[in-house]
Amino acid sequence: MIKIDMEKQLHGSNGEMTLGINMLVNQNDFIVIMGESGAGKSTLLRCLAGLEEAEGSIIVEESIWQDSNRTLPIQKRNVGFVFQDFALFDNMNVKENLLFVNKDETLAKELLEMMEIEGLSNRNVQFLSGGQKQRVALARALMRRPKLLLMDEPLSALDPRMRHKLSQKIKELHRRFGMTTLMVSHDVNEAKNLANRIWFVELGKVKEYDTAYLEELYG
Amino acid sequence: MIDLEPFWLSFKLAGLTTLILFSVALPLAWWLSQTRSGSKPFLEALTALPIVLPPSVLGFYLLVILSPNSAFGTFMEDLFGVKLVFTFSGLVVASCFYSLPFMVQPLQNGFETLNRHMIEASYLAGKSKAETLWRVALPNIKPSLLTALIITFAHTVGEFGVVLMVGGSIPGETKVASVAIYEMVEVMEYGKAHIYAAIMLVLSFVVLLTVYLFNHKQKSKIGIV
Repeated sequence: MIKIDMEKQLHGSNGEMTLGINMLVNQNDFIVIMGESGAGKSTLLRCLAGLEEAEGSIIVEESIWQDSNRTLPIQKRNVGFVFQDFALFDNMNVKENLLFVNKDETLAKELLEMMEIEGLSNRNVQFLSGGQKQRVALARALMRRPKLLLMDEPLSALDPRMRHKLSQKIKELHRRFGMTTLMVSHDVNEAKNLANRIWFVELGKVKEYDTAYLEELYG
Repeated sequence: MIDLEPFWLSFKLAGLTTLILFSVALPLAWWLSQTRSGSKPFLEALTALPIVLPPSVLGFYLLVILSPNSAFGTFMEDLFGVKLVFTFSGLVVASCFYSLPFMVQPLQNGFETLNRHMIEASYLAGKSKAETLWRVALPNIKPSLLTALIITFAHTVGEFGVVLMVGGSIPGETKVASVAIYEMVEVMEYGKAHIYAAIMLVLSFVVLLTVYLFNHKQKSKIGIV
C-alpha cells in the first residue's frame, strides 16, 4: 500500500497551479495516469521518485519516503523509472547499461531475453532504434527488482506497431515481477488494455475513474 | 644552437596547471551545472574574471597576495618553505587563477547540455553524485573534456603578462617561451625571435587542430555532422 498525500506548486504552461494528490495505491495496482499536457502527471511521478520536491507525505508499506521531517534520497527508494526519451547511458553498450544498475549478470540476461534484445547485448546504445532503446530502458529499470515501477509516457515516441508490442511486454513484466506500476499515457486503448485503475489529473486535482467509465467516455 | 629550456618550462608549467585545474575545476563545474543556488551567478562571474581582466591587473593582485609581506605569502613560506614570487611554484599558482575559466567553462557547458534524465537515471539506479559524475557525466562530455584540457594547456603555454609580473624572467626558473621571445625582440635578436615564435605558432596550431579534429570525429560518430 502506498499513501500519497502531497501538494506541489506548478509553474507550467497553464500558469500557476497547485497540484494536490491524496490517493492510495494498492499493491500490484497498474494505474494509468491521464490528463491534459501540463496538468502535472509527470510531476506526480517525479515527486514519487524523489526527483522533485513536494510538500506532504509519501508512505510506502511501513517505510516513510517523505514527511515533514525527512525525505528519503532518490538512491534509497528503489524505484524503477522509465523516461519518455529513454535516457540511456550513451557511453555504455546495452549490457553495460543494465549492469551499471546492478551487477547481476543472470538477471540482465533474463531481462534481455524477455525483451527480445539479447542479440544487441554488445551494441552501442546510440545506434539502436527507438523501440530497441525503450526496451533497453525498460530492462534497465527492472535491474534493481523494484516493487514500484514509474513510467512517464514510455511509448509515446514509438510507432503504433511497436507501441502495441511493448505495451504487451509491459503487462507481462508487471505480472512477472509482481510490481505496482504507475504509467503516464495519453492513449485510451493503452489505458484500457493495461490498467486496473485510471487516474485523471485535472485542474491540479487527481480523480479516479474505473475502466468501465473510460469505456463509456471513449466508446 | 637554440636554447629549448624556455619551451620545457612553458610545457612543464602548462602540464602542472592543467593537472591541478582539472581536479579543482571538475567538482566546481559539476556543482555550477547542477545547482539552483542564488550564489551561482556570483561564482560564475568570479570564475570568468580572468577572461576580461587585463593580465597586468590580475598579475598585480597576485603579486600582492603572493608576496612574502602578505598573510598568504608568509603562511606559505613559514609552513611549507615555499616562496611564491619570482619562483616556478608562484607561476603555477598564478597560472591556475589565470586559466581557471578555460577549464571550468567548457566542462560546465558540457554538463549543462547533457540530458538531465541521464543523470537522474543514474541516481535512480542508486548511484551517488560522485559516481554519477565519474561514470556517467564525464564520459558523456568527451569533446568538452578534451576542449577544457587542451585549451587550458594551450592558454597557459601562451601566458605572458601574468607570468612576467609574478615570475619575472629568471632563466631555468621562470623564463618561459613567451617571455623569452619578448626579451629577444627587446634586444633586437629577430632571427631567434622568429624561430621561437614559429615554434609556438606551429605547436599552438597543432594543439587546436587536434581538438577540432577530435570534436568533429565525435560529432560525426553520433550523426550531428
